[in-house]
Amino acid sequence: MTSVAPPAVEMLRISGLHAFYGESHILHGIDLMVNRGEVVTLLGRNGAGRTTTLKAILGLTGRRTGSVMMNGRETIGMAPHRIARLGIGYCPEERGIFASLNAEENLLLPPRVGSGGMGLEEIYGMFPNLAERRTSPGMRLSGGEQQMLAMARILRTGARLLLLDEITEGLAPVIVQKLGQVIRALREKGLTIVLVEQNFRFAAPLADRHYVIEHGRIVEQVDKADLSSRMNTLHELLGV
Amino acid sequence: MEIFGIPLRGLAGQLLIGLINGSFYAVLSLGLAVIFGLLNIINFAHGALYMMGAFLAWIGLTHFGINYWAALLLAPLLVGLLGIVIERTLLRWLYQLDHLYGLLLTFGLALIIEGLFRYYFGISGETYEVPEALQGGVDLGFMFLPLYRGWVVLASLVVCLATWFIIERTKIGAYLRAGTENPKLVQALGINVPLMITLTYGFGVALAGFAGVLAAPILQVNPLMGSNLIIVVFAVVVIGGMGSILGSIVTGLGLGLIEGLTRLFYPEASAVVIFVIMVIVLLVRPAGLFGREN
Repeated sequence: MTSVAPPAVEMLRISGLHAFYGESHILHGIDLMVNRGEVVTLLGRNGAGRTTTLKAILGLTGRRTGSVMMNGRETIGMAPHRIARLGIGYCPEERGIFASLNAEENLLLPPRVGSGGMGLEEIYGMFPNLAERRTSPGMRLSGGEQQMLAMARILRTGARLLLLDEITEGLAPVIVQKLGQVIRALREKGLTIVLVEQNFRFAAPLADRHYVIEHGRIVEQVDKADLSSRMNTLHELLGV
Repeated sequence: MEIFGIPLRGLAGQLLIGLINGSFYAVLSLGLAVIFGLLNIINFAHGALYMMGAFLAWIGLTHFGINYWAALLLAPLLVGLLGIVIERTLLRWLYQLDHLYGLLLTFGLALIIEGLFRYYFGISGETYEVPEALQGGVDLGFMFLPLYRGWVVLASLVVCLATWFIIERTKIGAYLRAGTENPKLVQALGINVPLMITLTYGFGVALAGFAGVLAAPILQVNPLMGSNLIIVVFAVVVIGGMGSILGSIVTGLGLGLIEGLTRLFYPEASAVVIFVIMVIVLLVRPAGLFGREN
């Protein structure tokens, strides 16, 4: 079989990343790499350091050392808003919908961080519920609506790298399914996605590569092609 | 004509005084609310910066011939700039710490600023002439309205409503509201939150400077005028609810009126009525009338 895949272009390269919250040392030298257009998951048990890895990419932890290269630019000394402006969209685990803003204000809040973001009509086409709820205060939205909004909010900005933290957590199966479709559509568009996910069955068919994090280190890397043969290792590491 | 045995003219006069005090409460507590919302700092220097606004107007007029209208713009601007310097050099280091540290630092600043003004100007106080265009007054039939007092109420209301509009109805305000809830996430979405914090503090204290200029022709310009007022304003903020924009405006005006009425019907209680209300509100609704319970 002849593959005509374009040559891989590196988007995010993390090397020797250490991160701290106050005195606690959470990440102990993370190394990982994500190419443009890839979907990559960070797997691991609770407290392994997956969420902290996403936060550390944006400079949201306390002190961080090592190297985080975004499109070939070193970001380790940058303030979080400048890192975001390099084209990163962040969807936090708690969704981060602002209660005092209505749905549309939430949607329009993040500034543009790149060209080619989705238009409002396209977003409402993807998430019809949000169109109906546009004037509802953020705190009145259901969990599913909040999750849709947290995703939609970063699709408008033109971000090319999406950091998504536990987007399926606590949601009904029908909404999880919808989110799966959204991720596929975004991959079609050529977006790069780093997914922290507890729901392995959700993540497995979507991702090109899986990293397993344990005690703040990458302990395993599994490519999509090797997934079935490495299932046992993954089961052991994740305890699923 | 009399109401409850009080002549209508007396009633209206006290209500006007209440409304004027209420205007100062509203403008000052609004600034405190905006600052507390985003910075989580209880700005005890607010009264001193209000006093500074009044003094800047007085210094401008007596030393540089800067008239009232120019002072109304320049004094808040200078106070705002000083606020920006204070935020950048001092407050910035306290955000990780408990509220208490911000309160202590700004309290210390208030003492220093007041001390400097006492040293240079004494405590006898200075008078500031009512600007020519606003001298005199009109007889409304039920009361005599001095023009300047009407202007103070009007100007305060306009400034309060404009601030409310900016915060609740514009994009900048959406940043501010979002930043008040979760500044880290707002920054992660690409917004320059440190700059926003600096400008917010500058704006909040500029409001205090503005109130100071408004007060200069009514009250004596005195280094202690801020500390006399700020205690009441803090009670207003507690009653309205820390951090609530609309709450601080409505509560400020309302409590000014209640104070005015108390002065009429039971003068002995007028100095404490606001604190009595504060105690009751704290017991019944600790987050304040307009505050969100967490």
